[in-house]
Amino acid sequence: MERMAHIAQVIAPEALLETAVRVYDEGRHPLTAMFGRDETAQGTGYAIYCYFEIPEKKDMQVVKAVFDPNGSLSYQSITHAIPAAAWYEREIHDMFGLVPEGHPDLRPLVLHESFPEGFYPLRKSVKVNAKVRGERKFKVRSAKGQGLFEVPVGPIHAGIIEPGHFRFSQAGEAMLQLDAKLFFTHRGIEKAVEGKMPEEALHIVERICGACSVSNTWSFCQAVEKVAGVSVPRRAEIIRTLLSELERIVNHVGDLGNMPAGVGFNPAISLGARLKERLMRLCEAVAGNRFLRGVIVPGGVRQDITPELIEEIHSVIDATAEGVEDLATMFREQENFQNRVQTTGIIRHQTAVDLAMVGVGARASGYAHDSRSDFAFGVYPELDFQPYTKTMGDVAARLLVRIGELSASFEMVDKLLDMLRNCHGMPLHADMAYGAGEAWGICESPRGSNFHYVALDEEGRIDRLFVRSASYPNWPALTIAVQGDIIPDFPLINKSFELCYACIDR
Amino acid sequence: MFKVLERIFRDKIATEQVSLSGSQRFRGKLSGSVEESLLPKCQGACPVGAFQAEGSQYKIDYRKCIFCGKCVEACAVAALEEGREKDGLLHHSTEDAMPYLIEAGQEALADVLKEKLGRSLHVRHLDAGSCNACDFEMGALGNPYYDLHRYGVAFVASPRHADMLMVTGVVTRNLEQALKMSYEAMPEPRLVMACGACAAGGETYGDTYAIVGAADKVVPVDVYVPGCPPRPSAMIVGLLAVADMLKEKMK
Repeated sequence: MERMAHIAQVIAPEALLETAVRVYDEGRHPLTAMFGRDETAQGTGYAIYCYFEIPEKKDMQVVKAVFDPNGSLSYQSITHAIPAAAWYEREIHDMFGLVPEGHPDLRPLVLHESFPEGFYPLRKSVKVNAKVRGERKFKVRSAKGQGLFEVPVGPIHAGIIEPGHFRFSQAGEAMLQLDAKLFFTHRGIEKAVEGKMPEEALHIVERICGACSVSNTWSFCQAVEKVAGVSVPRRAEIIRTLLSELERIVNHVGDLGNMPAGVGFNPAISLGARLKERLMRLCEAVAGNRFLRGVIVPGGVRQDITPELIEEIHSVIDATAEGVEDLATMFREQENFQNRVQTTGIIRHQTAVDLAMVGVGARASGYAHDSRSDFAFGVYPELDFQPYTKTMGDVAARLLVRIGELSASFEMVDKLLDMLRNCHGMPLHADMAYGAGEAWGICESPRGSNFHYVALDEEGRIDRLFVRSASYPNWPALTIAVQGDIIPDFPLINKSFELCYACIDR
Repeated sequence: MFKVLERIFRDKIATEQVSLSGSQRFRGKLSGSVEESLLPKCQGACPVGAFQAEGSQYKIDYRKCIFCGKCVEACAVAALEEGREKDGLLHHSTEDAMPYLIEAGQEALADVLKEKLGRSLHVRHLDAGSCNACDFEMGALGNPYYDLHRYGVAFVASPRHADMLMVTGVVTRNLEQALKMSYEAMPEPRLVMACGACAAGGETYGDTYAIVGAADKVVPVDVYVPGCPPRPSAMIVGLLAVADMLKEKMK
C-alpha cells in the first residue's frame, strides 16, 4: 500500500461555512464525518475536521478549521446548509466546547444530566477518568396543541433491546413527532484509547459494538496501517473481506427474522432465528467467538481459515441461502404481512441525500451509496460488486434490499472461498512500525459505511480516534420516517432500520 | 397459510440440551501450565487485569476476563524465545468458564434439568452500557435451539414484574440512575445477575469519565456470568442457578 497523503485544507473558523458549502456541492459530495480534535499540544489549537466523500475520485476531501484556544471558540453553524451536520456540531459542542452559532437545536447530545455545564471531556486538559458531577438541563421536545398527548418510552424498554428514550407526540394513533434521546451507553471510548498503542486499544475498538465488531476493527486497522505505510498480505485481505461478508450475512439474516417480530409473524421469526443461530455457530468455529472477535489485528489477521473451515463455511452458507429463499417466499406470499410493510415508514430520496444516509436505509431510498464500491479496500475491487437499490424507501424496500444484498453476499463468499483455496500457506501478517501521522479507514458494516479517523503521535500512541459508525447518520432519519404513521407501526419501522445504539454512543 | 405450515413442518425440532463446550477454536476457560518466569509476561499482556500471578501459580478473575487470548499469545511467544516445550502451555479450553456459579454452590445443570417444572423465574433485562453483544445473545435464548421457555424462565416487560434483573454492560454515567430505579422498582425477594465481562468485571474499557463501573458498584449482585459475551448456553446455566437461589430465598 502506498503511504497515502492526508492533506487537509486548513482554514479559519470564519471561512468554515463558505468552504464547506462549496465542497459539499449541493449534496453531490456528502458529509461523511465531522469531528473535533484538541491540537493545543501541537501548537495548532482546537480543530474541526469535515470529511466529504468525493465519489468521482473514490476519495475524501478534508476541510479543517483551526481555532485559537485563547480566541473566540464560536463559528457559524453549517447545519442550515448541510443538514447532516446537525448531530456532529452538537457532539463537538459537548466534547470540545466549540459553539456553532445559529444551530437550530443545540441541546446536549452525548452528555446527559449528571455532567456539569462547561465540562468538555475530549479536551486534553481533562483526565480520562475525571469523575466530575454536576447538573445540566436536557429538555425532551414534544408537540403542543389541543387533543395532542405524549407517549414516553425508555430508556429501559419492554423487550431485549438497547437503551434510548423516545418521546412520541401523538394525534390519536398517528405519530406527529418523535424526539429521540440517545447516547445512554456512552462509555467514553474515544478518550479511553488515547495514549494507547493501536494493539493495546484493539480489544476496546472490537467492543465498540457487538453487531459491527468486524467493521469497527477493520476500519480502525485500515487507518493505522495507512499511518504506518504497511500493506496487508493478500490472504489476510481475503480473510478480512470474508469476515466482513459473514458479519453482513449474520446481521441481515437476523434482521429478516427480527422484522416479522414487529408484526407478530411467528413462523418467520422462528425460521430467521434458527438460520441466525446456525451462522453464529459458524462464526464461533471460524473465530473462536460468536461475534468474530479476535481475528483482525493491525497488519493482517491472527487466525487462518483452514481447508476444513472453508468447506464448513461453504455448506452453512448454502443452507442459509436456501433458508433465506424460503423466508423471502413467506414474506412475498403473506398478504397481511405485505399490507403492513408497504408504504410504511417512508424515507424520500431527498431526505436520504440531505442526511447523508448510508447503508440499507439509504439504498432502499434509491441513494446508491455503498463503500464496497465507493472506495477500494479489501479485495472488493476484484469481486465485481454493484450496490443493490430500491426506490420506495418504505419498510418493504428495506426488507427487499437486505434480501438482495444477501444473494450478492452469498455469491461473494463463494468467490472468496475459491480465492482462499488458491493461496493456502501465504503470509497472514505484516510487521507494524508506527510513527506520527493521521489517516482514515472505511468499510461497509451491515448497517452501512463505518468510518474511523486515527491520529498517532511520534511514539505511535493514539492521539485521537473518531468513530462514525453507520447508525450515526441514519438515526435522525428514523424520526422522520415515522411521521404520520401510526404508533403500533413504530417497532416495525424501527426494526427495518435496525440501528445500533452502542456504535453511536461509544 | 398452508404453505407456511408446510414450511414449518419441514424443519425438524432444533431444540437441544444445553452444552457448555464449544467448537474447536472457541476461547473458553484457560488451562495449561505457565512457568513462573513467564507469569509476568502473561499478566502484562492482559488488557483487563484478569490474569493474576500468585507465587508460582496463576489465577484468572473470570468476572473481568474478555477471552481475547492475549495471555495465551504472550505465553507462547515467551516460551518460544526461551526455547521451551510447546506442549501443555497456557491455552483456552473449549469449555465455558462458569466458576462463579459453582462457587455459589450451584450444581445447576444436572439437578435443575431433572426437575424442570414447578418453579418459574421472571427476568427483566437491563442494558447498563453494553456493546449489544450480550443483548443479542440474550435474544438468541428465545430461538428454537435454546427455547428458554421450556425451563420456566420468561423475560418480562417491567422491573415491577421481575424476580431478577439481568444486567449487561458496564454501568455508564448516563444509565446509572435507570439501573438504580429499576432495581428499586422490583418486588422482594429480588436478585441481580451481572451478565458478561462488562457488568461482572467492569474493566473492558478501563476507567473513563463516562463509566461508573461493574454492576455491583451500583446494585448488589447475586450471580456473575463470565464471557465476552457469554454464550447463550452459559446464560441458561446462570439463569437456572438463579431460579434455584430464588427458591431458597422464598423459603
